[in-house]
Amino acid sequence: MLPDGGADDEERWLAEGIAGVQQNAFYMHRAVDSNNLKDALKYSAQMLSELRTSRLSPHKYYDLYMRAFDEMRKLEMFFREETRRGSCSVVDLYELVQHAGNVLPRLYLLCTVGSVYIKSKEAPAKDVLKDLVEMCRGIQHPLRGLFLRSYLSQISRDKLPDIGSEYEGDADSINDAVEFVLQNFIEMNKLWVRMQHQGPVREKEKRGKERNELRDLVGKNLHVLSQIEGVDLDMYKETVLPRILEQVVNCKDELAQFYLMDCIIQVFPDEYHLQTLETLLSAFPQLQPNVDIKTVLSQLMDRLSSYATTSPEVLPEFLQVEAFAKFSKAIGKVIEAQVDMPVVGAVTLYVSLLTFTLRVHPDRLDYVDQVLGACVKKLSGNAKLQDSRATKQIVALLSAPLEKYSDIVTALELSNYPRVMDYLDNSTTKVMALVIIQSITKNTACISTSDKIEALFDLIKGLIKDMDGAQDDELDDDDFKEEQSSVARLIHMLHNDDHEEMLKILCTVQKHILQGGPKRLPFTVPSLVFSALKLVRRLQGQDGDAIGEEVPATPKKIFQILHQTIEALSCVPSPELALRLYLLCAEAANDCDLEPVAYEFFTQAFILYEEEIADSKAQITAIHLIIGTLQRMNIFGVENRDTLTHKTTGYSAKLLKKPDQCRAVYACSHLFWTDDQDGIMDGERVLLCLKRALRIANAAQQMANVTRGNSGSVALFIEILNKYLYFFEKGIPEITNTVIQDLIELIRTEKQSDNSVADPSTEAFFASTLRYIEFQKQKGGSLSEKYEQIKTT
Amino acid sequence: MVLVLALGDLHVPHRAADMPAKFKSMLVPGKIQHIICTGNLCIKEVHDYLKSLCPDLHITRGEYDEDARYPETKTLTIGQFKLGLCHGHQVVPWGDLDSLAMLQRQLDVDILVTGHTHQFKAYKHEGGVVINPGSATGAYSSITYDVNPSFVLMDIDGLRVVVYVYELIDGEVKVDKIDFKKTATMHS
Repeated sequence: MLPDGGADDEERWLAEGIAGVQQNAFYMHRAVDSNNLKDALKYSAQMLSELRTSRLSPHKYYDLYMRAFDEMRKLEMFFREETRRGSCSVVDLYELVQHAGNVLPRLYLLCTVGSVYIKSKEAPAKDVLKDLVEMCRGIQHPLRGLFLRSYLSQISRDKLPDIGSEYEGDADSINDAVEFVLQNFIEMNKLWVRMQHQGPVREKEKRGKERNELRDLVGKNLHVLSQIEGVDLDMYKETVLPRILEQVVNCKDELAQFYLMDCIIQVFPDEYHLQTLETLLSAFPQLQPNVDIKTVLSQLMDRLSSYATTSPEVLPEFLQVEAFAKFSKAIGKVIEAQVDMPVVGAVTLYVSLLTFTLRVHPDRLDYVDQVLGACVKKLSGNAKLQDSRATKQIVALLSAPLEKYSDIVTALELSNYPRVMDYLDNSTTKVMALVIIQSITKNTACISTSDKIEALFDLIKGLIKDMDGAQDDELDDDDFKEEQSSVARLIHMLHNDDHEEMLKILCTVQKHILQGGPKRLPFTVPSLVFSALKLVRRLQGQDGDAIGEEVPATPKKIFQILHQTIEALSCVPSPELALRLYLLCAEAANDCDLEPVAYEFFTQAFILYEEEIADSKAQITAIHLIIGTLQRMNIFGVENRDTLTHKTTGYSAKLLKKPDQCRAVYACSHLFWTDDQDGIMDGERVLLCLKRALRIANAAQQMANVTRGNSGSVALFIEILNKYLYFFEKGIPEITNTVIQDLIELIRTEKQSDNSVADPSTEAFFASTLRYIEFQKQKGGSLSEKYEQIKTT
Repeated sequence: MVLVLALGDLHVPHRAADMPAKFKSMLVPGKIQHIICTGNLCIKEVHDYLKSLCPDLHITRGEYDEDARYPETKTLTIGQFKLGLCHGHQVVPWGDLDSLAMLQRQLDVDILVTGHTHQFKAYKHEGGVVINPGSATGAYSSITYDVNPSFVLMDIDGLRVVVYVYELIDGEVKVDKIDFKKTATMHS
């Protein structure tokens, strides 16, 4: 189409063209100013001749065209004045301009006069327009023809014999208006398509680009059609759409087909699309094989989805026209026809269809499942997806129902859902699993039946256990922790008020998490344990079993599950965690009056303490937890209790460092005293512990004296003093005020003989202890009496 | 007026998924000057969340905390008050006020904040005040049945501290307040 000139040449030609336009425009204006019609015509024709060039690219031609266009507006005004003045009738003018030498300027002038003609109303608009649209056939050169017809379209826009327009004329002139625009459109499209086949083959791409620059010229006609008042749904259905589609299909041009289908969808109202769905969709299979149908289809579905969302009152219409079925079928056909369509393309289509379905028919789970099923069919036969774009689309596909239905249970009912997930690679399966869990926790949805939970765990199995061929090493530590914490959180959302069902749930969860292996158990086991303990407590609250009925859900059964579950931690190994959990279970068993069960849990805890917990700091915490728990036990008979307390005090005395021993031992004193009347109140053994603690503190002091270090044992003595005061108040007879006084003196002595400088915190501790004694003296009653004898100064 | 948030025993994710939404919406960054946490968060995520509320964050170690580096006890001075912080599983019998009073004397503080029992308590004695902010998530406790989520906000103003306790009961946040005034004799 273009001679092989360089860009510089083009610039030059454009400049020349513009200069030509400007020069002739100048003379044209002079002629107009002096009402010289003859000269005006002469110079305008010369000006328009610049548009006869073949040397410019579309972009540059447009530049030239616009300048001419602007000048022509002034000329049009002149024509109007002349005809109104009567110096020349419009009919004569219409005839006169046809004498212009070259056809292109002739036609531009004709169109311009035509505009004046219509405005004058001396002839019906429809007649003038018909004449013009026919005459324009005179230009068959694609670029020039397109711009000429574009000119015609522009000036005729406001003069169409539309319903309610001043140019309406007699009845049914609306048909003529439509016919005019359609004709112009069809001819323009033909010209546009013809451009593709001009010039050498090697410039095909360049031509495509140039054609794209011109596409809006063609598309504008469709826009005009959509604006015509008289084009109602019926006219659109009967005339407009079929004629447009006919041209689209028949032109057999890929570029045109893609653009125009998209244009139709953008330009006409959604309501029309809905009612002409069958017609519209039937065009797709007739299009050229390389047309990107899926994009257009997706666009259409997305538009109709939005339509449904913003105007819910039209939803019944969707059902009436069977929109879903039509789309399903159409998509199926497209995918079948385009065998080379990559997976990502097909999935994208299904994502659009699913979005459509969720917005238009959210209550039809069968439709949703159908879409997923169709997707599975397309995916089947392939291995797991490697294409990351396709994977992304699948995640979008699977996430859509989750977002729509805040209740995960609904998504679980989609039979094809897990099948789609099977096609994801391992890491994406995990990502999807996390999306699912997030959806559950975000909506604080509760999943309350064991079979639903079974289905859920199947979906998230990527997180629960190692998948075949999975490379776990690739996962960052922090990411793994976050992952498993999500699973731990999830367990709290699995709940049912019915005890039997809850027990089933616990068993289901246990079954799955025990497959997790040593890396996952430390995260998941505690959650299950606490879930189970909560159930135990609820069962506790239910006093009295049903008469004679065998009730499957009992605390005992749950403790068995608990035992099994905590035992699994040994493979990690996680002795500290297991010990804590055993102690909690012991307490729970205590509250259920199950002495042997509680005892067994303590035994397990002790085994762990003896054999697995070697770190001294860990031991200190562990022993205090044991002491704290044991102190609260009221279920044990004398023998059992003695065994346990004996062991505990034994361990306490064997801690690594003396100060720790001392503290643990005096803590043990509380094992022999509860404020509960039915509980133990053994003053003797309390005192034994306190004295033992004192001995240890003394021994620590001796060691310090030898090494000349600060033993910190003064602090220990003060702590022990405080414990003596505690039991002094409880009324243990062996603890007399003399004993207290002696201790106070001992501390004073030790403070003075301590090698190092007085430690301010120890000073403060002693001072506040003495202050406490003084406070108690002020309390009055028996407390005052007790403390009266004790001197603090 | 200095605002101190006291909370703890969240036990995320072992015993609870998250703090109640109603609490989270009340705790806005930039409004609180200090946070003291009794422990048992248990994971870093909670630590980061608390840090986002207020950079001056103090935590003591609970027996389930993932981070083993938190100290067993902590003391800090805010205005005229000395505060002590300790999870409380170390003090036997658990929840026993006299034993906690001993810890208070040992740490030499006006206000002792401890947890572990998951039950809110605010107790005044001549030696000072013992506060237990309860469990911010309402987590299961072997010691307390029917735990309601709770936390404490202390408004320290000169020699006076007003303790606001926020409890989530049947889905509604209930607030109570207790006044404490530091007497001259409490500390030399």
